[in-house]
Amino acid sequence: MLTKRIIPCLDVKEGRVVKGVQFVSLRDAGDPVELAAFYDQEGADELVFLDISASHEGRETMVDVVKAVAGSLAIPFTVGGGINSLEDMKQILRAGADKVSLNTSAVLRPELITEGANYFGSQCIVVAVDARWDESLGSWRVYTHGGRRTTDWEVIAWVKEAVNRGAGEILLTSMDNDGEKQGFNLALTRAVSESVSVPVIASGGAGSAAHFEEAFTTGKADAALAASIFHYKETSVKEVKSFLKQKGVVVR
Amino acid sequence: MIGIVDYGMGNLFSVSKALERLDAEFFISDDPAELAKADGIILPGVGSFRDAMILLEYKELDVFLKKHVDNGGYLLGICLGMQLLFEESEENGPAKGLSLIPGKITRLSGMDSKNNAYKVPHMGWNKLTFNNQSPLLKGLEEDYVYFVHSYFAVTNETEVVAASAKYDVDVPAIVTKGNVFGMQFHPEKSSSMGISLLKNYLSLVKGRQ
Repeated sequence: MLTKRIIPCLDVKEGRVVKGVQFVSLRDAGDPVELAAFYDQEGADELVFLDISASHEGRETMVDVVKAVAGSLAIPFTVGGGINSLEDMKQILRAGADKVSLNTSAVLRPELITEGANYFGSQCIVVAVDARWDESLGSWRVYTHGGRRTTDWEVIAWVKEAVNRGAGEILLTSMDNDGEKQGFNLALTRAVSESVSVPVIASGGAGSAAHFEEAFTTGKADAALAASIFHYKETSVKEVKSFLKQKGVVVR
Repeated sequence: MIGIVDYGMGNLFSVSKALERLDAEFFISDDPAELAKADGIILPGVGSFRDAMILLEYKELDVFLKKHVDNGGYLLGICLGMQLLFEESEENGPAKGLSLIPGKITRLSGMDSKNNAYKVPHMGWNKLTFNNQSPLLKGLEEDYVYFVHSYFAVTNETEVVAASAKYDVDVPAIVTKGNVFGMQFHPEKSSSMGISLLKNYLSLVKGRQ
Protein backbone atom coordinates (compact mmCIF):
# COMPACT_ATOMS: atom_id res chain seq x y z
CA MET A 1 0.00 0.00 0.00
CA LEU A 2 1.07 3.51 -0.74
CA THR A 3 2.11 5.23 2.49
CA LYS A 4 1.06 8.64 3.72
CA ARG A 5 4.01 11.01 3.39
CA ILE A 6 5.46 13.36 6.01
CA ILE A 7 7.24 16.34 4.47
CA PRO A 8 9.30 18.88 6.39
CA CYS A 9 9.53 22.27 4.67
CA LEU A 10 12.66 24.41 4.80
CA ASP A 11 12.75 28.12 3.97
CA VAL A 12 15.93 29.15 2.21
CA LYS A 13 17.11 32.72 1.88
CA GLU A 14 20.26 33.62 -0.06
CA GLY A 15 21.36 30.00 0.18
CA ARG A 16 20.81 29.60 3.92
CA VAL A 17 18.01 27.92 5.84
CA VAL A 18 16.20 30.55 7.90
CA LYS A 19 13.58 30.55 10.67
CA GLY A 20 16.19 29.54 13.22
CA VAL A 21 16.20 25.79 13.18
CA GLN A 22 16.88 24.64 16.73
CA PHE A 23 19.21 21.69 16.46
CA VAL A 24 22.06 21.82 18.88
CA SER A 25 23.50 18.68 17.35
CA LEU A 26 24.13 20.35 14.01
CA ARG A 27 27.40 22.02 13.26
CA ASP A 28 25.65 24.57 11.10
CA ALA A 29 21.88 24.91 11.53
CA GLY A 30 21.66 27.09 8.43
CA ASP A 31 23.24 24.61 6.07
CA PRO A 32 20.58 23.16 3.74
CA VAL A 33 22.67 20.04 3.03
CA GLU A 34 23.16 19.21 6.69
CA LEU A 35 19.50 19.78 7.52
CA ALA A 36 18.37 17.70 4.56
CA ALA A 37 20.56 14.83 5.73
CA PHE A 38 19.15 15.19 9.25
CA TYR A 39 15.54 14.92 8.04
CA ASP A 40 16.40 11.98 5.79
CA GLN A 41 17.82 10.17 8.85
CA GLU A 42 14.68 11.07 10.81
CA GLY A 43 12.53 9.26 8.26
CA ALA A 44 11.14 12.20 6.28
CA ASP A 45 9.58 10.93 3.05
CA GLU A 46 10.34 14.03 1.01
CA LEU A 47 11.53 17.56 1.56
CA VAL A 48 10.30 20.89 0.28
CA PHE A 49 12.68 23.82 -0.08
CA LEU A 50 11.04 27.19 -0.38
CA ASP A 51 13.29 29.90 -1.77
CA ILE A 52 12.32 33.16 -0.11
CA SER A 53 15.27 35.15 -1.49
CA ALA A 54 14.21 38.53 -2.73
CA SER A 55 17.21 39.13 -4.95
CA HIS A 56 18.33 37.74 -8.24
CA GLU A 57 21.64 36.70 -6.63
CA GLY A 58 19.72 34.77 -4.00
CA ARG A 59 17.96 32.82 -6.74
CA GLU A 60 21.25 32.03 -8.43
CA THR A 61 22.51 30.72 -5.10
CA MET A 62 19.46 28.47 -4.87
CA VAL A 63 20.65 26.54 -7.93
CA ASP A 64 23.89 25.76 -6.07
CA VAL A 65 21.90 24.73 -3.00
CA VAL A 66 19.82 22.37 -5.15
CA LYS A 67 22.96 20.82 -6.64
CA ALA A 68 24.51 20.30 -3.22
CA VAL A 69 21.34 18.80 -1.75
CA ALA A 70 20.78 16.54 -4.76
CA GLY A 71 24.34 15.30 -4.44
CA SER A 72 23.84 14.00 -0.94
CA LEU A 73 20.14 13.28 -0.46
CA ALA A 74 18.62 9.89 -1.30
CA ILE A 75 14.96 10.94 -0.99
CA PRO A 76 12.96 13.17 -3.34
CA PHE A 77 12.72 16.91 -2.90
CA THR A 78 10.68 19.78 -4.30
CA VAL A 79 11.81 23.35 -4.83
CA GLY A 80 9.42 26.31 -4.83
CA GLY A 81 9.59 30.08 -4.73
CA GLY A 82 10.43 32.44 -7.53
CA ILE A 83 9.94 29.97 -10.38
CA ASN A 84 8.39 32.09 -13.11
CA SER A 85 9.33 30.50 -16.41
CA LEU A 86 10.14 27.24 -18.15
CA GLU A 87 13.76 28.40 -18.03
CA ASP A 88 13.59 28.66 -14.21
CA MET A 89 12.14 25.13 -14.04
CA LYS A 90 14.88 23.77 -16.27
CA GLN A 91 17.56 25.31 -14.05
CA ILE A 92 16.15 23.85 -10.85
CA LEU A 93 15.25 20.41 -12.22
CA ARG A 94 18.54 20.01 -14.07
CA ALA A 95 20.34 20.91 -10.85
CA GLY A 96 18.78 17.75 -9.39
CA ALA A 97 15.43 18.67 -7.81
CA ASP A 98 12.70 16.10 -8.40
CA LYS A 99 9.81 18.54 -8.60
CA VAL A 100 9.21 22.26 -8.85
CA SER A 101 6.37 24.01 -7.13
CA LEU A 102 4.57 26.88 -8.84
CA ASN A 103 2.34 29.31 -6.99
CA THR A 104 1.83 32.95 -8.03
CA SER A 105 3.41 32.41 -11.44
CA ALA A 106 0.87 29.67 -12.25
CA VAL A 107 -2.09 31.88 -11.33
CA LEU A 108 -0.73 34.78 -13.37
CA ARG A 109 -0.05 32.57 -16.37
CA PRO A 110 -1.68 29.12 -16.12
CA GLU A 111 -0.03 28.08 -19.43
CA LEU A 112 3.19 27.76 -17.41
CA ILE A 113 1.80 24.58 -15.80
CA THR A 114 1.20 23.05 -19.23
CA GLU A 115 4.61 24.10 -20.51
CA GLY A 116 6.31 22.47 -17.54
CA ALA A 117 4.20 19.32 -17.70
CA ASN A 118 4.80 18.90 -21.44
CA TYR A 119 8.51 19.36 -21.04
CA PHE A 120 9.21 17.39 -17.85
CA GLY A 121 6.05 15.37 -17.28
CA SER A 122 3.29 16.07 -14.75
CA GLN A 123 5.13 14.24 -12.00
CA CYS A 124 7.62 17.13 -11.82
CA ILE A 125 5.03 19.89 -11.53
CA VAL A 126 3.50 20.75 -8.17
CA VAL A 127 1.01 23.59 -7.96
CA ALA A 128 1.03 25.30 -4.57
CA VAL A 129 -2.21 26.97 -3.54
CA ASP A 130 -2.64 29.47 -0.71
CA ALA A 131 -6.28 29.34 0.36
CA ARG A 132 -8.38 31.40 2.75
CA TRP A 133 -12.06 31.08 3.59
CA ASP A 134 -14.15 33.79 1.97
CA GLU A 135 -17.60 34.38 3.43
CA SER A 136 -18.90 36.27 0.39
CA LEU A 137 -17.76 33.45 -1.88
CA GLY A 138 -19.11 30.75 0.44
CA SER A 139 -15.89 28.88 -0.25
CA TRP A 140 -12.13 29.29 -0.14
CA ARG A 141 -10.39 31.88 -2.26
CA VAL A 142 -6.94 31.61 -3.86
CA TYR A 143 -4.33 34.15 -2.77
CA THR A 144 -0.99 34.93 -4.41
CA HIS A 145 2.21 36.82 -3.64
CA GLY A 146 2.75 35.01 -0.36
CA GLY A 147 -0.86 35.55 0.67
CA ARG A 148 -0.83 39.29 0.14
CA ARG A 149 -3.03 39.49 -2.94
CA THR A 150 -6.50 38.17 -3.62
CA THR A 151 -7.45 36.55 -6.90
CA ASP A 152 -10.75 35.83 -8.61
CA TRP A 153 -10.19 32.09 -8.30
CA GLU A 154 -12.26 29.91 -6.01
CA VAL A 155 -10.00 27.12 -4.72
CA ILE A 156 -11.83 24.07 -6.10
CA ALA A 157 -12.17 25.66 -9.54
CA TRP A 158 -8.49 26.59 -9.53
CA VAL A 159 -7.14 23.18 -8.49
CA LYS A 160 -9.27 21.50 -11.17
CA GLU A 161 -7.92 23.95 -13.72
CA ALA A 162 -4.35 23.34 -12.53
CA VAL A 163 -4.74 19.56 -12.78
CA ASN A 164 -6.34 19.82 -16.24
CA ARG A 165 -3.35 21.84 -17.29
CA GLY A 166 -0.93 19.17 -16.09
CA ALA A 167 -0.25 19.66 -12.37
CA GLY A 168 0.89 16.33 -10.91
CA GLU A 169 0.36 17.25 -7.28
CA ILE A 170 -1.31 19.99 -5.23
CA LEU A 171 0.41 21.58 -2.24
CA LEU A 172 -2.48 23.12 -0.35
CA THR A 173 -1.86 25.68 2.39
CA SER A 174 -4.66 26.98 4.57
CA MET A 175 -3.88 30.61 5.39
CA ASP A 176 -6.56 30.51 8.08
CA ASN A 177 -4.81 27.68 9.91
CA ASP A 178 -1.18 28.46 9.11
CA GLY A 179 0.87 29.28 12.20
CA GLU A 180 -2.01 28.55 14.59
CA LYS A 181 -0.89 25.01 15.45
CA GLN A 182 -4.53 23.98 15.93
CA GLY A 183 -4.47 21.40 13.15
CA PHE A 184 -4.77 21.30 9.38
CA ASN A 185 -7.86 22.68 7.67
CA LEU A 186 -9.68 19.38 7.25
CA ALA A 187 -12.72 20.64 5.36
CA LEU A 188 -10.55 22.43 2.80
CA THR A 189 -8.15 19.51 2.44
CA ARG A 190 -10.94 17.00 1.97
CA ALA A 191 -12.80 19.20 -0.51
CA VAL A 192 -9.67 19.55 -2.65
CA SER A 193 -8.60 15.92 -2.33
CA GLU A 194 -12.02 14.73 -3.45
CA SER A 195 -12.15 17.06 -6.43
CA VAL A 196 -8.84 16.18 -8.10
CA SER A 197 -7.27 12.92 -9.26
CA VAL A 198 -3.71 13.80 -8.21
CA PRO A 199 -2.13 13.61 -4.74
CA VAL A 200 -2.78 16.47 -2.30
CA ILE A 201 -0.30 17.68 0.33
CA ALA A 202 -1.97 19.33 3.33
CA SER A 203 -0.12 22.29 4.79
CA GLY A 204 -0.69 24.90 7.47
CA GLY A 205 -1.63 24.36 11.09
CA ALA A 206 0.26 21.27 12.23
CA GLY A 207 0.74 21.40 16.00
CA SER A 208 0.85 17.75 17.06
CA ALA A 209 1.08 14.19 15.76
CA ALA A 210 -2.69 13.83 16.10
CA HIS A 211 -3.16 16.63 13.58
CA PHE A 212 -1.37 14.56 10.96
CA GLU A 213 -3.68 11.63 11.57
CA GLU A 214 -6.74 13.85 11.04
CA ALA A 215 -5.28 15.25 7.85
CA PHE A 216 -4.94 11.74 6.43
CA THR A 217 -8.22 10.26 7.69
CA THR A 218 -10.81 13.07 7.78
CA GLY A 219 -8.91 15.34 5.41
CA LYS A 220 -8.08 12.56 2.92
CA ALA A 221 -4.66 14.09 2.28
CA ASP A 222 -1.96 11.99 0.62
CA ALA A 223 0.86 13.81 2.37
CA ALA A 224 1.24 16.44 5.07
CA LEU A 225 3.79 19.21 5.33
CA ALA A 226 5.03 21.08 8.37
CA ALA A 227 7.86 23.44 9.17
CA SER A 228 8.15 24.97 12.61
CA ILE A 229 7.00 22.03 14.75
CA PHE A 230 9.80 19.97 13.26
CA HIS A 231 12.40 22.71 13.23
CA TYR A 232 11.71 23.69 16.84
CA LYS A 233 11.59 20.05 17.90
CA GLU A 234 8.07 20.30 19.29
CA THR A 235 7.75 16.89 17.76
CA SER A 236 9.83 14.90 15.30
CA VAL A 237 9.16 13.05 12.08
CA LYS A 238 9.93 9.85 13.97
CA GLU A 239 7.40 10.60 16.71
CA VAL A 240 4.71 11.55 14.23
CA LYS A 241 5.28 8.35 12.29
CA SER A 242 5.20 6.06 15.30
CA PHE A 243 1.95 7.74 16.43
CA LEU A 244 0.45 7.24 12.97
CA LYS A 245 1.50 3.59 12.95
CA GLN A 246 -0.27 3.02 16.28
CA LYS A 247 -3.38 4.57 14.80
CA GLY A 248 -3.26 2.28 11.80
CA VAL A 249 -2.18 4.88 9.24
CA VAL A 250 0.27 3.30 6.80
CA VAL A 251 3.63 5.08 6.90
CA ARG A 252 7.13 4.07 5.96
CA MET B 1 32.52 -0.42 -15.36
CA ILE B 2 28.97 1.00 -15.58
CA GLY B 3 27.77 2.97 -18.60
CA ILE B 4 24.81 5.29 -18.08
CA VAL B 5 22.86 5.89 -21.28
CA ASP B 6 22.32 9.60 -21.92
CA TYR B 7 19.64 9.96 -24.57
CA GLY B 8 18.27 13.24 -23.28
CA MET B 9 15.47 11.92 -21.07
CA GLY B 10 16.89 10.90 -17.77
CA ASN B 11 17.52 12.33 -14.37
CA LEU B 12 21.17 11.40 -14.88
CA PHE B 13 22.32 13.60 -12.06
CA SER B 14 20.71 11.71 -9.20
CA VAL B 15 21.56 8.30 -10.65
CA SER B 16 25.21 9.25 -11.08
CA LYS B 17 25.34 10.77 -7.57
CA ALA B 18 23.99 7.52 -6.14
CA LEU B 19 26.73 5.59 -7.98
CA GLU B 20 29.33 8.03 -6.71
CA ARG B 21 28.20 7.39 -3.15
CA LEU B 22 28.66 3.68 -3.81
CA ASP B 23 32.18 4.29 -5.15
CA ALA B 24 31.20 2.72 -8.46
CA GLU B 25 33.19 3.37 -11.60
CA PHE B 26 30.89 4.75 -14.26
CA PHE B 27 30.63 7.04 -17.25
CA ILE B 28 27.80 8.77 -19.07
CA SER B 29 27.50 8.57 -22.85
CA ASP B 30 25.12 8.63 -25.79
CA ASP B 31 27.59 6.88 -28.09
CA PRO B 32 27.08 3.13 -28.69
CA ALA B 33 30.83 2.67 -29.35
CA GLU B 34 31.69 4.19 -25.97
CA LEU B 35 28.93 2.36 -24.13
CA ALA B 36 30.14 -0.94 -25.60
CA LYS B 37 33.11 -0.68 -23.23
CA ALA B 38 30.80 -0.98 -20.20
CA ASP B 39 30.17 -4.29 -18.44
CA GLY B 40 26.81 -3.12 -17.18
CA ILE B 41 24.45 -0.51 -18.55
CA ILE B 42 21.97 1.68 -16.70
CA LEU B 43 19.10 3.07 -18.76
CA PRO B 44 17.39 5.84 -16.79
CA GLY B 45 14.41 7.76 -18.06
CA VAL B 46 11.67 10.20 -17.20
CA GLY B 47 9.07 11.31 -19.72
CA SER B 48 7.12 9.78 -22.55
CA PHE B 49 7.77 6.29 -23.93
CA ARG B 50 7.34 7.26 -27.56
CA ASP B 51 9.77 10.21 -27.35
CA ALA B 52 12.29 8.01 -25.56
CA MET B 53 12.18 5.31 -28.25
CA ILE B 54 12.54 7.89 -31.02
CA LEU B 55 15.66 9.27 -29.33
CA LEU B 56 17.13 5.81 -28.70
CA GLU B 57 16.54 4.79 -32.32
CA TYR B 58 17.93 8.06 -33.64
CA LYS B 59 21.24 7.34 -31.90
CA GLU B 60 21.02 3.60 -32.68
CA LEU B 61 21.08 2.94 -28.98
CA ASP B 62 18.21 0.46 -29.35
CA VAL B 63 20.41 -1.75 -31.56
CA PHE B 64 23.29 -1.37 -29.16
CA LEU B 65 21.23 -2.32 -26.08
CA LYS B 66 19.90 -5.49 -27.72
CA LYS B 67 23.38 -6.49 -28.83
CA HIS B 68 24.82 -5.76 -25.39
CA VAL B 69 22.22 -8.05 -23.81
CA ASP B 70 22.75 -10.77 -26.46
CA ASN B 71 26.44 -10.73 -25.61
CA GLY B 72 25.64 -11.41 -21.98
CA GLY B 73 26.01 -7.82 -20.74
CA TYR B 74 23.88 -6.61 -17.85
CA LEU B 75 21.19 -3.98 -18.35
CA LEU B 76 19.19 -2.14 -15.70
CA GLY B 77 16.29 0.09 -16.73
CA ILE B 78 14.96 2.58 -14.20
CA CYS B 79 11.41 4.01 -14.26
CA LEU B 80 10.71 4.84 -17.93
CA GLY B 81 13.94 2.95 -18.62
CA MET B 82 12.28 -0.18 -17.23
CA GLN B 83 9.15 0.36 -19.31
CA LEU B 84 11.26 0.61 -22.47
CA LEU B 85 12.43 -2.98 -21.89
CA PHE B 86 8.93 -4.25 -22.70
CA GLU B 87 7.36 -4.89 -26.12
CA GLU B 88 5.14 -1.86 -26.47
CA SER B 89 3.34 0.98 -24.72
CA GLU B 90 -0.04 2.57 -25.27
CA GLU B 91 1.24 5.98 -24.11
CA ASN B 92 0.36 8.59 -26.79
CA GLY B 93 -0.72 5.85 -29.18
CA PRO B 94 0.99 2.45 -29.48
CA ALA B 95 4.79 2.56 -29.68
CA LYS B 96 7.21 -0.35 -29.94
CA GLY B 97 9.72 -0.92 -27.15
CA LEU B 98 13.00 -2.83 -26.92
CA SER B 99 11.14 -6.17 -26.51
CA LEU B 100 13.69 -7.60 -24.08
CA ILE B 101 10.93 -8.60 -21.66
CA PRO B 102 7.49 -9.84 -22.75
CA GLY B 103 4.53 -7.64 -21.87
CA LYS B 104 3.23 -4.17 -22.50
CA ILE B 105 2.94 -0.82 -20.78
CA THR B 106 -0.51 0.48 -20.02
CA ARG B 107 -1.98 3.41 -18.10
CA LEU B 108 -3.12 3.08 -14.50
CA SER B 109 -6.87 3.44 -15.02
CA GLY B 110 -7.60 5.46 -11.88
CA MET B 111 -10.64 3.23 -11.25
CA ASP B 112 -10.51 -0.07 -9.36
CA SER B 113 -12.63 -3.20 -10.01
CA LYS B 114 -15.34 -1.87 -7.67
CA ASN B 115 -15.45 1.44 -9.54
CA ASN B 116 -13.72 3.36 -6.77
CA ALA B 117 -11.47 6.14 -8.00
CA TYR B 118 -7.80 6.04 -7.03
CA LYS B 119 -5.05 8.57 -7.60
CA VAL B 120 -2.83 8.66 -10.66
CA PRO B 121 0.18 9.11 -10.73
CA HIS B 122 1.13 6.39 -8.26
CA MET B 123 3.36 8.74 -6.30
CA GLY B 124 5.12 8.05 -3.04
CA TRP B 125 6.56 5.25 -0.93
CA ASN B 126 5.21 1.77 -1.38
CA LYS B 127 6.37 -1.55 0.01
CA LEU B 128 7.91 -4.20 -2.21
CA THR B 129 6.52 -7.72 -2.08
CA PHE B 130 9.06 -10.29 -3.25
CA ASN B 131 7.48 -12.80 -5.65
CA ASN B 132 10.36 -14.49 -7.42
CA GLN B 133 14.07 -14.87 -6.93
CA SER B 134 16.34 -12.29 -8.44
CA PRO B 135 20.00 -11.56 -7.79
CA LEU B 136 18.89 -7.96 -7.14
CA LEU B 137 17.02 -9.07 -4.02
CA LYS B 138 19.92 -11.00 -2.55
CA GLY B 139 20.26 -10.40 1.19
CA LEU B 140 17.40 -7.88 1.25
CA GLU B 141 14.09 -7.81 3.07
CA GLU B 142 10.85 -6.36 1.76
CA ASP B 143 10.98 -2.60 2.29
CA TYR B 144 9.65 0.71 1.00
CA VAL B 145 10.79 2.38 -2.22
CA TYR B 146 9.77 5.60 -3.99
CA PHE B 147 7.47 5.45 -7.03
CA VAL B 148 6.34 8.16 -9.45
CA HIS B 149 4.54 6.88 -12.54
CA SER B 150 1.21 6.85 -14.37
CA TYR B 151 1.87 3.82 -16.61
CA PHE B 152 2.73 0.30 -15.52
CA ALA B 153 3.81 -3.04 -16.97
CA VAL B 154 1.37 -5.85 -17.68
CA THR B 155 2.87 -9.24 -18.44
CA ASN B 156 1.60 -12.80 -18.68
CA GLU B 157 5.01 -14.17 -17.73
CA THR B 158 4.61 -13.84 -13.98
CA GLU B 159 8.07 -15.28 -13.34
CA VAL B 160 9.71 -12.09 -14.64
CA VAL B 161 8.09 -10.05 -11.84
CA ALA B 162 10.62 -10.44 -9.03
CA ALA B 163 8.89 -7.88 -6.81
CA SER B 164 5.66 -5.94 -6.94
CA ALA B 165 3.89 -3.21 -5.00
CA LYS B 166 0.26 -3.20 -3.98
CA TYR B 167 -1.61 -0.20 -5.26
CA ASP B 168 -5.19 -0.56 -6.41
CA VAL B 169 -3.62 -2.94 -8.91
CA ASP B 170 -0.46 -5.01 -8.41
CA VAL B 171 2.33 -2.92 -9.90
CA PRO B 172 5.37 -4.84 -11.19
CA ALA B 173 8.23 -3.11 -9.39
CA ILE B 174 11.33 -5.19 -10.14
CA VAL B 175 11.49 -7.27 -13.31
CA THR B 176 14.20 -9.77 -14.18
CA LYS B 177 14.79 -11.80 -17.31
CA GLY B 178 18.24 -13.32 -17.60
CA ASN B 179 20.72 -10.45 -17.58
CA VAL B 180 18.02 -7.78 -18.05
CA PHE B 181 16.61 -5.97 -15.02
CA GLY B 182 14.13 -3.19 -14.48
CA MET B 183 12.93 -1.08 -11.56
CA GLN B 184 9.70 0.88 -11.90
CA PHE B 185 10.53 2.98 -8.82
CA HIS B 186 13.53 5.26 -8.34
CA PRO B 187 16.28 3.40 -6.42
CA GLU B 188 18.32 6.62 -6.37
CA LYS B 189 15.48 8.26 -4.41
CA SER B 190 14.58 5.29 -2.23
CA SER B 191 16.85 5.91 0.75
CA SER B 192 18.77 2.89 2.09
CA MET B 193 16.67 0.24 0.30
CA GLY B 194 17.34 1.88 -3.06
CA ILE B 195 21.05 2.04 -2.37
CA SER B 196 21.10 -1.66 -1.43
CA LEU B 197 19.34 -2.62 -4.66
CA LEU B 198 21.81 -0.60 -6.73
CA LYS B 199 24.63 -2.19 -4.79
CA ASN B 200 23.38 -5.65 -5.74
CA TYR B 201 23.30 -4.63 -9.39
CA LEU B 202 26.86 -3.30 -9.14
CA SER B 203 28.00 -6.59 -7.56
CA LEU B 204 26.51 -8.53 -10.45
CA VAL B 205 28.30 -6.34 -12.96
CA LYS B 206 31.53 -6.64 -11.04
CA GLY B 207 31.20 -10.41 -11.08
CA ARG B 208 31.28 -10.31 -14.87
CA GLN B 209 34.45 -8.26 -15.09
